[in-house]
Parts: sequence; structure tokens; C-alpha cells
Amino acid sequence: MPQQQKKTTIILFSGDYDKAMAAYIIANGAAAYDHDVTIFHTFWGLNALRKDAHIPVKKGFLEKMFAKMMPRGADRMGLSRMNFGGLGPKLIKYVIKKHNAMPLPQLIEMAKEQGVKLVACQMTVDLLGLKPEELIDGIEFAGVATYLADASEGNINLFI
Amino acid sequence: MNVNKVLDAKGLACPMPVVKAKKAMDELTSGQVLEVQTTDKGSKNDLPAWANASGHTIIDMKEENGVFTFWIQKG
Repeated sequence: MPQQQKKTTIILFSGDYDKAMAAYIIANGAAAYDHDVTIFHTFWGLNALRKDAHIPVKKGFLEKMFAKMMPRGADRMGLSRMNFGGLGPKLIKYVIKKHNAMPLPQLIEMAKEQGVKLVACQMTVDLLGLKPEELIDGIEFAGVATYLADASEGNINLFI
Repeated sequence: MNVNKVLDAKGLACPMPVVKAKKAMDELTSGQVLEVQTTDKGSKNDLPAWANASGHTIIDMKEENGVFTFWIQKG
């Protein structure tokens, strides 16, 4: 066993299905490497943490607009390339199944199961008008200082 | 060779073979041997890399009809 646990920190800024998938594959791999893994979700990356069900919460006009325009949950995210108005994700999910790879929602579940720490950036949660009830359970809310505290001891730091 | 646990990870794609191997290894004690079977071509490099980094030893490996088998001793 390694003497001291190594650390991997990933910032998930992107709200694209493919990029989030890459982030979560690395996170799961790092957890299997016995790393202490944290994923900080900020801006569009927060959508990966949204519940797919509609949660009735009180919101202002702009917040409602944001909520409508952003994908509700990991499974609804688009691709960074070849999105083709929503056809791309369907194609990708088909080939994921065909190759027995793991779709994003399951990768997120697996990451939680492996003890990957999922953090939502509080400032951007507020900016985008997201409420804690709308995000999946078992996540933490924090800011840049928490990220830096983890990342400064990190062996692997990624921005995706 | 005395195999203490067999993990069938055939058909699984990255990162699952390594994730499953780690889980299976957690149930063993130092010195015990885990046999892992995979079909993911990436696992040919991935499992040895993971084993080395995690302090385990690859005792042997073989490739037969597209199935990779690894024998890994827990460190």
C-alpha cells in the first residue's frame, strides 16, 4: 500500500456530456488508484449534479430562465462536438452501450460509491439560480479556498 | 499458483476493469493473489500500471482468444 494517500483534484467547468464523461472516468480511475479525489463543479459543470426531476422551488425570472435553458441532469447534457441538435448524444449513448462503456449517470454513481468528493461551487450555484434541493444528494458546497486547499496538495490537478 | 479470488471483468470497458480490480483487491490480505480476466485491450497496460502504483505485483499474465488474464499479488 502507498505510504501516503495521493490527491487528485478536477475542476469540471464544462457542461458537455463528453467532457464530463472524461472527468468522471479519470476520477473513477484515480479513486481506484487509492487517490483522495475531489471534483469541483462550477458554471456549466454544475448541471452534471442536477437531479433530472423537476423540483418545485421559488425562483426569480432570470433564475427560471437559466433553469430552463440548462440541461437538467447529466443525462440531458449535449456534446462538445457533433451535437447535431441533440442527435449526437443519442448516437454517443448508443455506442457507449454497444462498447459496454459506462454512461455518465452511472459514472457519477460509481464515483460517489468510490468516495469521490463532489463539490458544487457555491458562488456559481447562486449565479445560475440553482437551489440545493435541485442538486443530487451527498455533495458539498464550497468556494475557491476549499479548492485551493485540496489542489495545493494535489498530485494531479485538471481543469475540464 | 494459489489463487484466492477470481474477478471476471470481461466485456467491461475503461475504467471498470481497474475499478473492479481495486474493489476485489480491498477484500484480500497482503500476499494473497487475485486473478483478473478482461477483454478491454487498454487493460493490458492499465492493470499492470495500476498494480505497480498501488504496490501490488503482477506475478503472471497471458492473452488467449482476446481474453487477458492477470495474476496479481497484493502488496
